[in-house]
Amino acid sequence: MNNTNIKIAIAVTGLVLAAILVPTFERPPVQTSQNGFRGTGMEHVVNPRLRATTVAANQAPAALDAADNDGDRASTLYQNVQLLGDLSNAQFLRIMQAMTEWVVPQEVRDAGNGCAYCHNIENMASDEVYTKVVSRRMLQMVRTINNHPHVGQNGVTCYTCHRGRAVPAEVWSTLPMSRAGLQAPTGQNQPSRASAGSSLPLDPFTPYLLQDRPIRVISGTSLPGYNESSIQNTEWTYGLMMHMSAGLGVNCTFCHNSRSFADWAQSPPQRTTAWHGIRMVRDVNMTYIEPLTPLWQANPNGPPESPRQVRLGAMGDALKVNCATCHRGVNRPLNGAPMLQDYPELRTIRDGPARSAALAPQ
Amino acid sequence: MPEYQNIFTRVQVRGPVPYPGVPLGPDNDARDGTPTFVHLFGKLGDAQVGPIYLGYTGLLSILFGFIAFEIIGLNMLASVNWDPVQFIRQLFWLALEPPPPQYGLRFPPMREGGWWLVAGFFLTLSMLLWWVRTYRRARELGMGTHVAWAFAAAIWLYLVLGFIRPIAMGSWSEAVPFGIFPHLDWTAAFSIRYGNLFYNPFHALSIVFLYGSTLLFAMHGATILALGRYGGEREIELTLDRGTAAERGGLFWRWCMGFNASFESIHRWAWWFAVLCPITGGIGILLTGTVVDNWYLWAVDRHFAPAYQMPWPPTPDPAAMQGAAR
Repeated sequence: MNNTNIKIAIAVTGLVLAAILVPTFERPPVQTSQNGFRGTGMEHVVNPRLRATTVAANQAPAALDAADNDGDRASTLYQNVQLLGDLSNAQFLRIMQAMTEWVVPQEVRDAGNGCAYCHNIENMASDEVYTKVVSRRMLQMVRTINNHPHVGQNGVTCYTCHRGRAVPAEVWSTLPMSRAGLQAPTGQNQPSRASAGSSLPLDPFTPYLLQDRPIRVISGTSLPGYNESSIQNTEWTYGLMMHMSAGLGVNCTFCHNSRSFADWAQSPPQRTTAWHGIRMVRDVNMTYIEPLTPLWQANPNGPPESPRQVRLGAMGDALKVNCATCHRGVNRPLNGAPMLQDYPELRTIRDGPARSAALAPQ
Repeated sequence: MPEYQNIFTRVQVRGPVPYPGVPLGPDNDARDGTPTFVHLFGKLGDAQVGPIYLGYTGLLSILFGFIAFEIIGLNMLASVNWDPVQFIRQLFWLALEPPPPQYGLRFPPMREGGWWLVAGFFLTLSMLLWWVRTYRRARELGMGTHVAWAFAAAIWLYLVLGFIRPIAMGSWSEAVPFGIFPHLDWTAAFSIRYGNLFYNPFHALSIVFLYGSTLLFAMHGATILALGRYGGEREIELTLDRGTAAERGGLFWRWCMGFNASFESIHRWAWWFAVLCPITGGIGILLTGTVVDNWYLWAVDRHFAPAYQMPWPPTPDPAAMQGAAR
């Protein structure tokens, strides 16, 4: 082999290695901060360059001018106001405008048809447009979330998930399972977007965020005989945890002391918040999202005469919520902006069932 | 004078004709193939390729290994709907999974782990036959059987993971999937399920021997290369007839750390470190789930897991509070 051949071989090898290495690894810098006892590996690892992009993508919008609370209540001024009837007229119109900006697609708003996305303009009180029924249910959901221990005082608004889109960007649905092949579907062993690109389960959401299958797999005793959890169960839990880690932009050690993942006594307090978060998302999916499925099935591409946007997953089920729906890569949604404080209207959503929130297509 | 000592050597030592090997005993087939020289191989090691001896153990081993390889590969290919492009793109993620837990040690349907059992059977047979081959070839050459026993140590760990421990646990589902990322995810999940394998003393021993092997290998390789100018690569001669290379090597380590292995004993050090890595590891795996279910709690019971201060107030388990949601 002469020198030219060797040089060509080295150049080709170098190109192949570069093609593999450059897109595989994260370019530094990487910053580490200690959050536990020294030497125990309780650290946050952050790449400030990537972090800046995530933070910039999670800015809360400027609040609308505050509305006064004077005058007659909305329930006396308008018909069929079931949840926001305790607001003043100014407040009521303000929150309607805000909801339009938060949820209605940009094209519809730009065309001046924002109100018509949910209302019959001829008769604003009518529930005939299905998106209005969905919105009413969503307002009740916002009430539930804002009274949940998971969200604390920051609270949520429609914008926390929707970000100016009719369907939030980060949602999940049941995956089609191929019955073909030599193996029955295992639900794993493909690049799993849900589990941060690992070969862990592709859908760790259905068992834990739609059903309430047990998440805990680690034994509470040193000796065997008391814990039936399999390694497969562990991989499903692991998949959910990878989703939480990626969805919140945090390491395992944000919530766990990794020497003993199960031990609450050694866990950082964020784990409690996350525990409530799992229950909250489960409640949102079971109580609010799933029961609306018939409405979305009747309108699988959204309201007619508005840009086509899919409302159903590949298996015809509703697009559901997970941690990333609100968090979007940061551990406090919208970088912790207390957006609810600017919209006191959302704190006055009435309790109790909405009378005409028909959950069947009309 | 030409040098002949390194991987990328400037000269290649070749006889006038390839060395045919020693005469074989009466129960052996003839060696196959006409030996030849390959220049590129000569840059890395010995330039001579062949003749090769397969015999029936070698042939059957390759055949069974091929069957296992094909079963695993075709299962992976089927899992991407027989799409060769997706097969290559997703290759590192694809797997052949062991049966789910409900089948225990029964033979499951082929679609639900049956193929895994069949592939494992042929792979195990292939390895055991290859072991017989390493043993018998060594005996035939009048060598010791150290290579065979070192290989047996690796087979022990393989058998513990895929055969002995699953039987002890009463379920094939406890075994490892065939697949590149899937077996790594399995490893992490295994450690999590059994309460952190870092508190398993045999796991710790295995790591000591693993890292110790690399350290010893680096020390020994470096010493011999550094003594190359005094003929230090002729280790075996120097074991019997100590020359300046051996004396300088020994003196170097006595100066550096006060003690030196001998030209002979260093190879026993290295062999035992390498062999003990899978032996202790296999013991650690075998005890996991059978004798100890949570290694961290076991370490607390045995008073060797230290307690640290937490910089936050104690976090109670919300599920343990009265009236909490599940």
